[in-house]
Amino acid sequence: MVLKLSMRAQSPGGHQVKAVLSIGFILMSFCAGQIARAEVQEFMLENGLKLLIKEDHRAPIVVSQVWYKVGSSYEHDGITGVSHALEHMMFKGTEKHPAGDFSRIISANGGQENAFTGADYTAYFQTLEKSRLPISFELEADRMRNLSLPADEFTKEIEVVKEERRWRTDDDPQSYTYEIMLATAFQTSPYRYPVIGWESDLEKMSIEDLRNWYSRWYAPGNATVVVVGDVVAEEVHDLAKKYFASLPAGETLTVDNQPEVEQLGIKRIKVKRPAELPYLLMSYKVPAFKTAVDYPDKVPEWEPYALEVLTGILDGGNSARFSKNLVRGREIASAIGISYDLSSRLDDLFVISGVPAQGHTIEQLEQAVRDEFEDLKMNAVSEQELERVKAQVVANDIYQKDSIFYQGMIIGVLEAVGLSWRNADEYVDRIKAVTAEQVQAVVKKYLIDDRLTVAELDPQPLDKSVKRPARGELNHVR
Amino acid sequence: MFAKGAGILLLLLFAATAYATPDIKHWQTKKGAGVYFVEAHELPMVDIQMIFDAGSSRDDSKPGLALLTNVLLAEGAAGLTADEISQNFENLGAIYGQDADNDSASVRLRSMSDPGKLDPALKNFKHVLISPDFPQDAFERERNRTLIAISQKQQSPGDLAKDAFYAAVFNTHPYAVPSEGTEESLPQISTNNVAAFHKKYYVAGNAVIAIVGDLDRARAEQLANDLTEEMTQGEQASPIPEVSALTAAKTITIDHPSTQTHILVGQPGIKRGDPDYFPLYVGNHVLGGSGMVSQLFEEIREKRGFSYSAYSYFTPMRQPGPFVAGLQTRTDQAKEALQLLQKQLHTFVENGPTQAELDAAKKNITGGFPLRIDSNSDIVGYLGLIGFYGLPLDYLDTFNEKVESVTVEQIKDAFKRRLSPDKLVVVMVGPKTE
Repeated sequence: MVLKLSMRAQSPGGHQVKAVLSIGFILMSFCAGQIARAEVQEFMLENGLKLLIKEDHRAPIVVSQVWYKVGSSYEHDGITGVSHALEHMMFKGTEKHPAGDFSRIISANGGQENAFTGADYTAYFQTLEKSRLPISFELEADRMRNLSLPADEFTKEIEVVKEERRWRTDDDPQSYTYEIMLATAFQTSPYRYPVIGWESDLEKMSIEDLRNWYSRWYAPGNATVVVVGDVVAEEVHDLAKKYFASLPAGETLTVDNQPEVEQLGIKRIKVKRPAELPYLLMSYKVPAFKTAVDYPDKVPEWEPYALEVLTGILDGGNSARFSKNLVRGREIASAIGISYDLSSRLDDLFVISGVPAQGHTIEQLEQAVRDEFEDLKMNAVSEQELERVKAQVVANDIYQKDSIFYQGMIIGVLEAVGLSWRNADEYVDRIKAVTAEQVQAVVKKYLIDDRLTVAELDPQPLDKSVKRPARGELNHVR
Repeated sequence: MFAKGAGILLLLLFAATAYATPDIKHWQTKKGAGVYFVEAHELPMVDIQMIFDAGSSRDDSKPGLALLTNVLLAEGAAGLTADEISQNFENLGAIYGQDADNDSASVRLRSMSDPGKLDPALKNFKHVLISPDFPQDAFERERNRTLIAISQKQQSPGDLAKDAFYAAVFNTHPYAVPSEGTEESLPQISTNNVAAFHKKYYVAGNAVIAIVGDLDRARAEQLANDLTEEMTQGEQASPIPEVSALTAAKTITIDHPSTQTHILVGQPGIKRGDPDYFPLYVGNHVLGGSGMVSQLFEEIREKRGFSYSAYSYFTPMRQPGPFVAGLQTRTDQAKEALQLLQKQLHTFVENGPTQAELDAAKKNITGGFPLRIDSNSDIVGYLGLIGFYGLPLDYLDTFNEKVESVTVEQIKDAFKRRLSPDKLVVVMVGPKTE
């Protein structure tokens, strides 16, 4: 999930993409399913706008998020990146509030704001002192239907997007490898597109592309407004009616994605790029919770939860198997983690990413990961390990309430992928119900070569004038 | 300054800016550690952070020592293995974390407040803090992993730029060397060095404890005493060296096969608690600190599309930390972007902000104050900051009024005294041009 997002702006000094290799990579998506058990109140305006409100009175603030059901997985060849480019242009003004106004007004009200695009959604948010929610609603309602999309602003902003692509992907060998891995693992699924778009598509993108995209997807019927904070739900409902109710509904939309064709054997790629360290990605095609809802005869509902528990068994902290056996233990990995996003809209990937330890090769690391899976296929996980994962899930269910933004994010993601915030309420109990046999069953069913893509970053010299040894050739410092 | 039809928006701007701040309790443990505590019963959880004056500026001749010591705490302690320590935390749903930077080293625990969870988590936490074993195999592994992290920086133009910038700005001061150490320094560190570092600096008299969560004062006092009871009393670490001002401008270029050139410009800035802090903080908000409405963002990104990010900030530290302004851009326009960045800096130091810009910045900072303290993790962070840097206990209570009192003249005066645009370090990392 982390890698699939592209944000409008980066905080100074922040290094979002780089954090990927550390432990945080994976906990983020592991926790992403952990859902507030909550008193969410749901309202629907006549124009189809859905409003979800969760009162949280700990601090006198409010977060307001507008989620649109559109993202890179709604795109097609030739226009990749258009959802994200449009997200940037959403700050470039309406007739009422010209370019720059939005951010200036939010800023003058002490707000924090940003926007992000993922494969399945585009979201805009502001966090404000609680009395200032009307400001957010006024501005968001205005840009939901009235965006100007001026050509001259686009000419500059698409250059910003290209710079973002260079910074985020082209100049980061691990991100670059990840992008190619996605495009290899998926043959027909739209998850093969990078959120930020292919460079060639950015080169030829026009303001007309954005205008078409905007008029098609940006409408009340395709949006969900999520509000969490020190508010009274009925008052927020009234406020939403005041600002959003007059917007025309827009057409009823469906997205007709090509399903992924069946994979018939292992795929392997090598990516040559100037770098110091080799990097391994092993990606298995797996279902998401939405798939289980849509195709219950193919995917039993417990399977995504069992995959979630499996993620915890292997990578849920320092006592999990990857840290215990591969970083410590055999000392084959310098860093290793899993990303699995239960809340994807379409079938997705269970991705193992890792960097070998000194003196070890990519091949050895891959074999060590396979050894872990073989062990899981042969031997059921212990009760103690299952209990540990469940204890973490129960605790995280409390901890995540420390952030109102995160609570809103969970509700928004579920709605955007066509699930319901109600699914959140079941999360802890569903995880608790997973058995050792079910964990073993998903390993046997999904972690097999016919579902696997292996991508390897093959480091090329950073300085062409100096021959550098590959990391695996270096001696241990012992 | 706002567009037509923004009546309601303007009205709301004048809402009161006095907000409730957390009630901070402060005392010393029997062993002399300063405790900063906020009671918060809304969620059944507790956050504890223990901060030692044991950052990498105390590495001396062995860069990397402070960070390695910090990393190794949970890799074997009181006879328990790393596996056992991590299981002890994670079986309870507790989260252990650690961190070290130039000034400090910290250890964190987040746990449910239920004594059945919290008490055993604390017991394990104490082992890690007080009785780390620093086993040889863990030491070698973590040192090797640090070397890999150093290698990884070589493939990141942003990291290369940051390291080169600190080296040039801080010269012979310990801040010049990255906390991870270097490929040359790490092999010279031994487990004995690590154990000695721990013995000297991870002591009660050199520690601050921040606690936020679902417990009362009596329980917090008991907890803090319990944490430090078996710890050596020790003493406050001696002051670190002064940072010298730069005497001349310096430009560093590093050839790197990237598509962008990363540019950092700056010099030594300010200390924590510096009397110029508020004018510089508020002034920088206008210049490059306020995200999407700053001068740098406007001129570099919004008007010209040069860069995804364009920013400036002061990092106040024990000794003056850096002032830095930065961007990344396609290499063929890097020189033009650098000139623009420098021109913006010069102009700002010369003229300061306009009154309207200052007013807008104040509204953003003061109006956004409640967002700074909206979670237990934010509050525990502030407690650590206040305790470690000796900021006044009413730091949060008086924050908004101090921001409000800043004038255009004060900003101009502070920027002129504290920044010298003719003595800037410039770092450029990217493909060689010409």
